[in-house]
Amino acid sequence: MESHSEQEKEKQFNERIDRGDIIEPKDWMPERYRKQLIRIMGQHAHSEIVGMLPEGNWITRAPSLRRKAVLLAKVQDEAGHGLYIYSGTETLGVSRDQMNQELLSGKAKYSSIFNYPTLSWADMGAIGWLVDGAAIVNQTALAKCSYGPYARAMIRICKEENFHHKQGYEILATLMTGTPEQKAMAQDAVDRFWWPSLMMFGPSDKDSPNTAELMRWKVKKYTNDDLRQRFIDRTVPQAENIGLKLPDDKLKWNPDTMHYEHGEINWDEFYNVIKGNGICNHQRLKARNDAHDKGAWVREAANAYAGKHAEKTMAA
Amino acid sequence: MIKNEWPLWEVFTQKRSGAPFEHAGSVHAPDKEMALQNARDVYSRRNEASCLWVVLSEYITSSSPEDAEAFFEPSNDKIYRHPNFYKTPGATFE
Ligand SMILES: [Fe+2]
Ligand SMILES: [Fe+2]
Repeated sequence: MESHSEQEKEKQFNERIDRGDIIEPKDWMPERYRKQLIRIMGQHAHSEIVGMLPEGNWITRAPSLRRKAVLLAKVQDEAGHGLYIYSGTETLGVSRDQMNQELLSGKAKYSSIFNYPTLSWADMGAIGWLVDGAAIVNQTALAKCSYGPYARAMIRICKEENFHHKQGYEILATLMTGTPEQKAMAQDAVDRFWWPSLMMFGPSDKDSPNTAELMRWKVKKYTNDDLRQRFIDRTVPQAENIGLKLPDDKLKWNPDTMHYEHGEINWDEFYNVIKGNGICNHQRLKARNDAHDKGAWVREAANAYAGKHAEKTMAA
Repeated sequence: MIKNEWPLWEVFTQKRSGAPFEHAGSVHAPDKEMALQNARDVYSRRNEASCLWVVLSEYITSSSPEDAEAFFEPSNDKIYRHPNFYKTPGATFE
């Protein structure tokens, strides 16, 4: 075997990326590519896990058995999403323990959207329609990313997100045919979740230091602003369709660009939530830690059972 | 610190009987029964599988991508293993 210098290997790696090759766990990759993927995939997995909390808040108060079954199924899907992505991240050489620890200690980041409270039943509609709607746009792009395990997890996830998206819209559409109070509740939820949903795509391209590198490696295929625009363009007509008003006076169709123009996003709010000053940052972290601590006896019992069983098998 | 991370299992799903098993992903579980249950909950919430395999990840041996060229080289020069290598003047084969 000939020995390649790191530089030579990196050159070959870049050529593979340019050809559209998919990178698999055992393939050589630059350390920086590995680090970036661990960061992005870890944050994504944590977001799915923490994302269960705002909706879990309403499971016991869902207005009908049908809505309850649907919400349960959706939240369970989010747990699955977290697990697909965690296992994909582990192929890069980071352990589940380590990722868990980083989430529980507050070191890890997750999507800032989940640090907003869910104040009414209509928020379940707004989250499904807007938050999962934004997630679909992001994840559809990631399904074509250059790292195989991540792309495969995204394909699986995208299939499930459509249900999340539609059930949310159905909740709002139903409320919008209801009493004035119900309509106001739906509108209020959308007023609160619209801007944070736009922030889910991350900072504007000019303030996004990682974008160029991630696009070079085809981890990202589109910029944050492109994806945000795509989300806005497909969401505005859906809002109009059921009589919801999106809380942005500057929102208007531009027939020349064939896109909607929108108002300025409040990035100070975004960075403030990321820094840990969102309404629910503390509460979310505490809920995760409580769940982990309270589940300790289950993990111990399962370990003990597995240990005993293994002994018996050995003896037999 | 969290200790005792459960072992990792690779999960293979078969869509319906007769179909090949396909790698779906992996799960952590303390033993094979729980690995199967976790695999079902994570990878088949919508009947994606009618049968599941779980295998401890440490028991899987993979060829190395860096040696792929040499490793798979032996089949490169054996085009006579393919039917279109043969001349069959006049006859029709389906
Ligand atoms: Fe999800
Ligand atoms: Fe979702």
